[in-house]
Amino acid sequence: MLFALGLIGLLVRRNIIFILLSIEIMLNAAGLAFIVAGARWAQPDGQVMFMFILAMAAAEVSVGLALVLGLQRLYKTLDTDAASEMKG
Amino acid sequence: MLELLWLVPALPLASFAVLALFGRRMPDRAMAALGAGSIGASAAVSMLVAAAFLSNPPGGNAYTQVLWTWMSASGFEPQIVLRLDPLSLVMMLVVTFVSFLIHVYSTEFMAGDDGYSRFFAYMNLFVASMVTLVLAGDLLLLLLGWEGVGLCSYLLIGFWYRDPANGAAGQKAFIVTRVGDTAFLVALFILFTNLRTLDIQEVMRRALAEWPVGSGLAVASAALLLGGAVGKSAQLPLQTWLPDAMAGPTPTSALIHAATMVAAGVYLIARTHRLFILAPPVMTAVAVIGAATLLLAGFSALTQHDIKRVLAYSTISQIGYMFLALGVGAWASAIFHFMTHAFFKALLFMAAGVVINALHHEHNMFRMGGLRRRLPIAFWTFTIGGASLAGLPLITAGFYSKDRIIWDAWVSEGGGAGLWLAAILGVFLTSLYIFRAVFLVFFGEARTEIEKRPGAAIIVPLAVLSVLSIAGAWVPGFFSFLTPALPPFIEYHTGALTETISAVTAAGAFLFGLYLAYFFFHRRRDYAAAIAAAPLGRALHNWWFAGWGFDWLYGRVFVRPVEGMARVNRKDVFDPIYNGMAALAALCWKLLSGTQTGLLRRYAAGIAAGVIVLVAIALFL
Repeated sequence: MLFALGLIGLLVRRNIIFILLSIEIMLNAAGLAFIVAGARWAQPDGQVMFMFILAMAAAEVSVGLALVLGLQRLYKTLDTDAASEMKG
Repeated sequence: MLELLWLVPALPLASFAVLALFGRRMPDRAMAALGAGSIGASAAVSMLVAAAFLSNPPGGNAYTQVLWTWMSASGFEPQIVLRLDPLSLVMMLVVTFVSFLIHVYSTEFMAGDDGYSRFFAYMNLFVASMVTLVLAGDLLLLLLGWEGVGLCSYLLIGFWYRDPANGAAGQKAFIVTRVGDTAFLVALFILFTNLRTLDIQEVMRRALAEWPVGSGLAVASAALLLGGAVGKSAQLPLQTWLPDAMAGPTPTSALIHAATMVAAGVYLIARTHRLFILAPPVMTAVAVIGAATLLLAGFSALTQHDIKRVLAYSTISQIGYMFLALGVGAWASAIFHFMTHAFFKALLFMAAGVVINALHHEHNMFRMGGLRRRLPIAFWTFTIGGASLAGLPLITAGFYSKDRIIWDAWVSEGGGAGLWLAAILGVFLTSLYIFRAVFLVFFGEARTEIEKRPGAAIIVPLAVLSVLSIAGAWVPGFFSFLTPALPPFIEYHTGALTETISAVTAAGAFLFGLYLAYFFFHRRRDYAAAIAAAPLGRALHNWWFAGWGFDWLYGRVFVRPVEGMARVNRKDVFDPIYNGMAALAALCWKLLSGTQTGLLRRYAAGIAAGVIVLVAIALFL
């Protein structure tokens, strides 16, 4: 449910900040799924995986924010549809 | 001294490289010095090598110098190997020495030409290729030299490329000889697939051990080699390129189309003679081709107007004599005739070049005349060359070499009255057409002004070659020297004829031809004109003038159909296939490029949809 919420947010919002937020929501949805699965079957692996996801999310955010800055500098906007010059 | 052998082809090749790269920036004198000097150095080295070879013959009467392995691919290991034995020694000496004289001659003859450096570059490359061909110990290396001389002849025939006719003549020479080259190449394939080597001596040894006389493979490979030789040596049926090859500068004609290159076919057959001995039907074919060619070319030479074309046909005819000798197994006689022919034919061409240059590039003999007093050098050298060509008895080299072939044609196992008669008739024709040229050009009244007279660089080579044309046959021990490389000739039957009678008949044929030439072309020129004007005479004249209509025939059989097909198929039938493929690709591009919107959210949606589809497949299938 949480994952689907994130996905929809990703698809409908054009502001890049909201897109990044949606990605965070999706990541946390996946992390939550791991925790729940680990609790259900009494395995430590779920928590280990969540740690990995957390680390990855931190890295992703740093790259994502750098992209936000780049987009802002280049187009003076945060609208992702403005950056569509690779149109075939 | 023998180790210097590699220099003989290397020097002209190096000089070619220098001339080709820097020739444009060099002064004319430097070009001439380099172009002729490199050949001179090469000739000097080959004489040194020959002296070392003669004074201290290496074991087996052959010296082999392996330079490096050309390539090595699963058992196929051709090497860059030079092999010096009596046969290649004679060829090398004649080629380098005559080439040197021709180069000296060219320094003056070509002076002032735009392509001076280009000319010497091509000539040097030609000599390098020819020496490679002669010295090659491996058939593949021989093929390299073979193709090299083919390329250079194309370049030199079309040397004055601004006239499209010259370019066409070059292409004709290249394409016609290519027919023979293809046969040669197929012969190499056969030899390699069956004998697993291309080293000449090894091929001969294995062929002798593995193939019985008259076996199919031996006959096939010998016949294909003959095909190659026929193309390069301008014999029937591939002789048509040589008369047109006279479009090139005269020294080129002297070098390529008289003295050396056309002898490549003769050399090839002599080199691979053991294969030919294994294939008696091919031997007979060689002799018959030689006899037929010498007669056809002799008749054609009788009718030509162009002095160089007369000489071209006479070359074809003389090579016919060499083929005749090869065909009856008289290998050494063929090489002997090659040597004397190189001397007197180079001399004839160079003397003709003097005449042509003196008369504003006039080639038509009927517009010359009376040059005997005004160009005495050309007269004497041309007459000496002509006498040697026709075989003036007892004093000229040409008489001795040709007489041997005539005699061999009678007494050999494959010879007989037919070949002998053809050879005698050939002597008569030769004498008739060459003295026709002499009388037309040098006697009678003068018709044109003399433009320029030859200088020292032209006179000296002419003089040297004149001496050689007369004395060239007196090489002591020539035949015994060649024996290790070429098997001795076996006299088979003598019949009613003795050698003296044969020689006297040849001399009689020569004198008869000379007399007829004197009578028709000096004394009573109106008779000759009357004969040529009579209906039968005119028909024959036109037929022979056109070289027995071979050009016409080949034009009808090969050139016209190809041109017709080209016209019909102007829009290539295969084009739509490839155009259709291109159109299909363009259509796909249009369809797919629509999906590249550049919108990030669309891509994300695509990825999500793809994941959903994949998960669905994984879960439900």
